[in-house]
Amino acid sequence: MSIALPTERRRWKKPPVIKRAWLRWTLILGFAIYLALAFGTISVNWARVWEGLPRGMQFVTAFLPPDFTSRWDEIAQGIAESLWMTVVATAVGIALSIPVGIGAARNIAPLPVYYFCRSILAVSRSFQEVILAIFFVKLFGFGPFAGFVTLAFATIGFYGKLLAEDIEDMDASQAEAVRATGSSWLQWINYGVQPQVMPRMIGLGLYRLDINFRESAVVGIVGGGGIGATLNTAFDRYEFDSAAAIILIIIAIVMFTEYSSGYLRRWVQ
Amino acid sequence: MTDALALPKKAWQRRDRKAQFTVWLGWLIGTAIFVYCFQKISENTIWAFVWDAPTQAADLGGRMVPPAWSYINQLWRPIWDTLNIATMGTLISIVLAVPIAYCAARNTTPSVTFIRPIALFIIVASRSINSLIWALMLVTIVGPGVFAGIIAIGLRSIGFVAKLLYEAIEEIDESQVEAIRSTGASAAQTTAYGIVPQVMPAFAGISVFRWDINIRESTVLGLVGAGGIGLELNAAITQLYWTQVSLMLLVIIATVILSEWVSAKVRHAII
Repeated sequence: MSIALPTERRRWKKPPVIKRAWLRWTLILGFAIYLALAFGTISVNWARVWEGLPRGMQFVTAFLPPDFTSRWDEIAQGIAESLWMTVVATAVGIALSIPVGIGAARNIAPLPVYYFCRSILAVSRSFQEVILAIFFVKLFGFGPFAGFVTLAFATIGFYGKLLAEDIEDMDASQAEAVRATGSSWLQWINYGVQPQVMPRMIGLGLYRLDINFRESAVVGIVGGGGIGATLNTAFDRYEFDSAAAIILIIIAIVMFTEYSSGYLRRWVQ
Repeated sequence: MTDALALPKKAWQRRDRKAQFTVWLGWLIGTAIFVYCFQKISENTIWAFVWDAPTQAADLGGRMVPPAWSYINQLWRPIWDTLNIATMGTLISIVLAVPIAYCAARNTTPSVTFIRPIALFIIVASRSINSLIWALMLVTIVGPGVFAGIIAIGLRSIGFVAKLLYEAIEEIDESQVEAIRSTGASAAQTTAYGIVPQVMPAFAGISVFRWDINIRESTVLGLVGAGGIGLELNAAITQLYWTQVSLMLLVIIATVILSEWVSAKVRHAII
């Protein structure tokens, strides 16, 4: 027996994700306690679930085969409305989010402006589109206009925040160089800041177009017009085959926009 | 007069003539589409209601202040439910998304021609159907309550988590996997020691990020009967208790900002 042997017997072990042992165990323990509490309070009526399963099967079979023809006029109208809403809301939302985004970038905005713009972003981002839609439908009446305002407002939060973060990450020396030529503030933004953030922002604009179309399918449920309204009507009339057709169309359009926006983004950058 | 003298007069321009024309054409087409779409929306809008909106907003605002602070005591339970919907839903989606992402990543999928398209279709289908629509369907199947909400959030999140995860798997450093494989490791060992450690940080980041989004999503599921604070919100709106509505809106803002802060901290610690 040599002395060197015991080192060979030590087995290699995978290093843990969280290095500090106490932190690791606190997190695990805390999570376990949370799970126990959560399971304790979620009251699942298993009898109701069990009862619902055959109904679920009926539900699924009612979806098949999808019926594209009998409500085609309404579906086409809904899709067209959704597309109008998406286009207008994305354009207006992005136009409005540019000043807000510039104001929310810490490195180019004064502190009061910064706080004001950040709070706009926080409010816009906190509320799910549907909650916003409920209020805008109350204010502007049923129809695509309320949906358009909702999506535009939600776009401000998303796009403004990412724009602000992108401006904060920019190369300050390039902006400095433009300022050193004696440019005005607008020229500075236009030639020093904008070219740096533009490629990424075009990509994000296309991405937002995508999101807005998807969201336009739900603002209709609370009265905001578009394909969501058609879908909700189909559910209310128990015409599940038409609903299936609508859902399939939504999936197809989302897939199409996703692929084409990915392609466009690669082409732009 | 020579050409050399005329030359300095030309001011610097960012783009040459052709590029400038292309940009203008782009703007022209874009504006035309925008105007057309707005025209269509405007045809379907009753403008009298829109012009009336400021008065309505002022009226509504007046009814909403001051928030009914004492109502907060009845809100703890819905808030807890909302948190549970988001957390449990995220857990379910993580469990289901991992195998799907594994099948969807080009470098780990068992079969590129058969299994990968199926996995991609599941991802797109889950992503395109909003959680509210999932909840609408699930409430009819499993009955109203928190359980329907959890499953709706879970199904909706699969696509998001799986998509980001499979992109992370596709971006791994193949040489590390090769190194593990060359030690004679089995397929399972290669995955566990070659791939998992590389995607683990991304995976944890994605999960926390989705949890944060899910908190926001789960606030509205109650509108269709799937539990959480949305249920109370809907009840208050239909009964026109606007002071309660404003309190709930404040609670939602606070919850979302808090969860966003937690998620940012955690992601910062991991990555």
